[in-house]
Amino acid sequence: MNVNRRGRRRLGAFAAVTALALLTGCGAADMTRQTSPYAAAEGAKTVTLSVQSWVGAQANTAVAAYLLEHELGYRVDTVQVDEVPAWDALSQGRVDAILEDWGHPEQEKRYVQDKKTITAGGELGVTGHIGWFVPTYFAEAHPDVTDWKNLDKYADVLRTAESGGKGQLLDGSPSYVTNDKALVKNLDLDFEVVFAGSEAAQITQIRQFAKERKPFLTYWYKPQWLFERVPMTEVKLPEYQEGCDAEPERVACAYPHTPLQKYLNTQFAETGGEAAEFLKRFRWSVEEQNEVALMIAEEKLPPEQAAKKWVERNRQVWEPWVR
Amino acid sequence: MSTTTRTAHHPERQARAGQPQRQSGAARTAHTRSAAGPSPRPRLKALLLDHRAGRRGLPLAVAAVVLVALAIAFPGAGSWPAALSVDLSGPLGRAGDWIIDNRDGHPVFLYFFGHVSNAVVVCVRAVYVVLLAAGWVGVTALAGLVALRLAGLRLAFTCVAAFAVCGLLGMWVPTMQTLALMVVAVAASVAVGGLLGLAAGLSPRAGRALRPVLDTMQVLPAFAYLLPMVLVFGIGVPAAVLATVVYAAPPMARLTALGLREADAGVLEASASLGATRRQRLLTARLPLARRQILLGVNQAIMMALSMAVIASVIGAGGLGDRVYQALASVDVGAALAAGIPIVLLAVVLDRTADAAGARLGAAPLPPHRQPLLRRVFEGWYGRLLTVLTAVAAAVAGRMAGTSLWPESWTVPIAEPVNRAVGWMTDHLYSGVPVIGGTADWAARFTGWVLDPLRSGLQATPWWLLLLVVGALGLLAGTWRTALTAVLALAAIGVLGVWEPSLDTLSQVLAAVAVTLVLGFAIGVGAARSGRAQRLLRPVLDVCQTMPQFVYLIPVVALFGVGRAPAAAAAVVYALPAVVRITADGLREVSPAALESARSLGATGSQQLRQVQLPLARPALLLAVNQAVVLVLAVVIIGGLVGGGALGYQVVLGLAQGDLATGLVAGAAIVCLGLMLDRITQPAKES
Repeated sequence: MNVNRRGRRRLGAFAAVTALALLTGCGAADMTRQTSPYAAAEGAKTVTLSVQSWVGAQANTAVAAYLLEHELGYRVDTVQVDEVPAWDALSQGRVDAILEDWGHPEQEKRYVQDKKTITAGGELGVTGHIGWFVPTYFAEAHPDVTDWKNLDKYADVLRTAESGGKGQLLDGSPSYVTNDKALVKNLDLDFEVVFAGSEAAQITQIRQFAKERKPFLTYWYKPQWLFERVPMTEVKLPEYQEGCDAEPERVACAYPHTPLQKYLNTQFAETGGEAAEFLKRFRWSVEEQNEVALMIAEEKLPPEQAAKKWVERNRQVWEPWVR
Repeated sequence: MSTTTRTAHHPERQARAGQPQRQSGAARTAHTRSAAGPSPRPRLKALLLDHRAGRRGLPLAVAAVVLVALAIAFPGAGSWPAALSVDLSGPLGRAGDWIIDNRDGHPVFLYFFGHVSNAVVVCVRAVYVVLLAAGWVGVTALAGLVALRLAGLRLAFTCVAAFAVCGLLGMWVPTMQTLALMVVAVAASVAVGGLLGLAAGLSPRAGRALRPVLDTMQVLPAFAYLLPMVLVFGIGVPAAVLATVVYAAPPMARLTALGLREADAGVLEASASLGATRRQRLLTARLPLARRQILLGVNQAIMMALSMAVIASVIGAGGLGDRVYQALASVDVGAALAAGIPIVLLAVVLDRTADAAGARLGAAPLPPHRQPLLRRVFEGWYGRLLTVLTAVAAAVAGRMAGTSLWPESWTVPIAEPVNRAVGWMTDHLYSGVPVIGGTADWAARFTGWVLDPLRSGLQATPWWLLLLVVGALGLLAGTWRTALTAVLALAAIGVLGVWEPSLDTLSQVLAAVAVTLVLGFAIGVGAARSGRAQRLLRPVLDVCQTMPQFVYLIPVVALFGVGRAPAAAAAVVYALPAVVRITADGLREVSPAALESARSLGATGSQQLRQVQLPLARPALLLAVNQAVVLVLAVVIIGGLVGGGALGYQVVLGLAQGDLATGLVAGAAIVCLGLMLDRITQPAKES
């Protein structure tokens, strides 16, 4: 009994001391500076890049990583994260840069303008555009399908098991910017938005349709390597005007053309040395991006190898970036 | 691998089903009933009057008939009334914003979460650096030697071969990253789970208080709590490790508690009579007696942590999971498989080693002169020392030879042939197969004939009727408390305001479970009857169960198109192995005496199966049903990634958009669905 009580008291004292030490002794732990435990494992200078799930973003990262490693002597880690969490990670310093952002006004305001933990890194040089697309073979057979006003006529042909009696508008990953549900409702179309849930699933489905030359209507975006394999024609939606997509519930216009942006973690942008300067200068065209993206997605080359091939062939393009 | 069945949901319950000496009440009833072999009518009567469930079943059946009539008379009361639901998006959204705005400055983060996060990073980094420093020679040598010590020569070879394959596939560095994460996560899960289990095992009151907590932790789909973890810790390793601990600690806690509670009373009595204090008794008698269960708990924690390692890649945990995930972005099944195989291998090696270690604890030690030479060399504390020294020597030798990373020329590219195979499959099976039709046609038929009617049926049923039905099923399965939990869980879904999508998900789960059970019972019966079939099946089941579910994503879409059908297919693939294993085990454990007597009475094979084996294996079959439900529900999120829609999509959406309200509410609804389904399919309890 005696022993027992003494033991308990000792335990209590130990717990109290530990708690105190934890609370006061070690001081504050900064949540904004925590890098990956895998970074710089062998004393190398490391850059962590975020990769988004589409192949275009993989192409950017692959080429940037290849040049950082082989021309500037950095070690590069890549992390695949969805867009919004990637902004969060960038702000915390878990990743150093996002190379292709499609426009996130809310995040820009919060992190770039208010908290200043993220710095704009300039344009990527590629202009992105989201839209509704039908396969070109279908558009050629029925030219009027390329206007949204005629879409209802084709709802029957575009019906699938999932769309429940209406036509199917195939949408992609939930992480992508989309107004499609509001568009279908506000334009009063006889369509059902079916979310593929991931880009991989959407591409697989599109290719399956194309193989059988079936008609389909899909949310899709440029630049994208898939256009080289499955030619698609855009459906005209009511024209985009500045601010017509301000209220998500009441959108009834097309998507804008967005010059894609790069963003860097502020601290990295200031102290990242050559790597940060290189990433700010990195800028290429749609064709150049597609060339790499196609090698990754079609020839199934690992991103590093695709990047290597491109780098070997395009010295004049990247030399100004590394200077 | 009997242990992977235990990966499944409630190891405690499963362990019980696997051990005939602790058969449940229902099993005993079934036994006496079929052994007596009464004619049909008294049997029916006995079922209705003597059987607990039967006694309740009669009034319930009457009530059901009346209620269905009422429901038909008052149609149009399908969805949950808006007045009874609460909109949580406002407060949850504000909570999310508060976290993001205060994460860099608030004391809670500076002095608590920050340190937790740092500690995790430091630990994982330490392990990773050691693994890298040891190089592939050192790591492989150490793994082989540990396996040799614990489990013998054969497993040591398997172990070395497994690590070599990881290298050959060009996955050495990601494998080490995953391994480092696993080591830390498993250590933390074992520590946390062990402490909880100690509390629950020593004090019945703590046990009662912890049970619902552990239940919830296990039913909770991993995706649902990734989001809050990400908000607090940001993406990356700390959030991944902590999410893994939440997922992997409960089985450890359950099994530890079970072991402590079941310690032999005689031994405890003896040690008490010798004047041992409580603590001495715990350390010298109870804990050693519970050793086997605790080790099984560690094994469970390892398996759960490994399956989580892949899911955690969605929040940037890196390692093998990230490779799988990145490969999928370029629709590259081959590359995803190349990263998936090391995960399977790690699981198999770790599982077999832990299993063998557990078996050795139970067996009496062989006298030294009969042990194989190698085993004798590595026995005892100097054996331990020798293991470490040999591994260090190997590592140093490897480094001196200049090969700390796996040589790049020693890799085998498997991605291309795999992709070609998948391409052939989808080219030839998707449509236009004569007579039976292509997989696309099956998918459309499954959607149109099974999923759609089921969904519209559920959504059109009045909400109060569904609550009553669930309550009735709960009563049939267990006590009034079971029923109450199930009804409350369903009601909570309505209150959360996600009634319709939840019923959509429910319809998918029910359809997938039905398919799983039909296939699983058929294969299980086959496996139970033929030893060879069983041996052939075992590796296939191992792979299906441990292969990261993301790898199935592309093949199921390529075969079944986008929608709910591929989601169901992925769920079936994932849940089938557990059902097959439990069914086969259950059938094989049917008392040989009963079978022998049936055979001597001239029963044919199918008669034996229907009248002896199946009734006697009833508890196992019920357990299989329960497991099917729970495992299918675990794949709901994956369904969201292939067009399954409903709750799975909402959770994915919440994670992708950092939308705490949508993600968390959908996650909570999945938890409630899981709790409800678990309760109404729980195998009959010991009375």
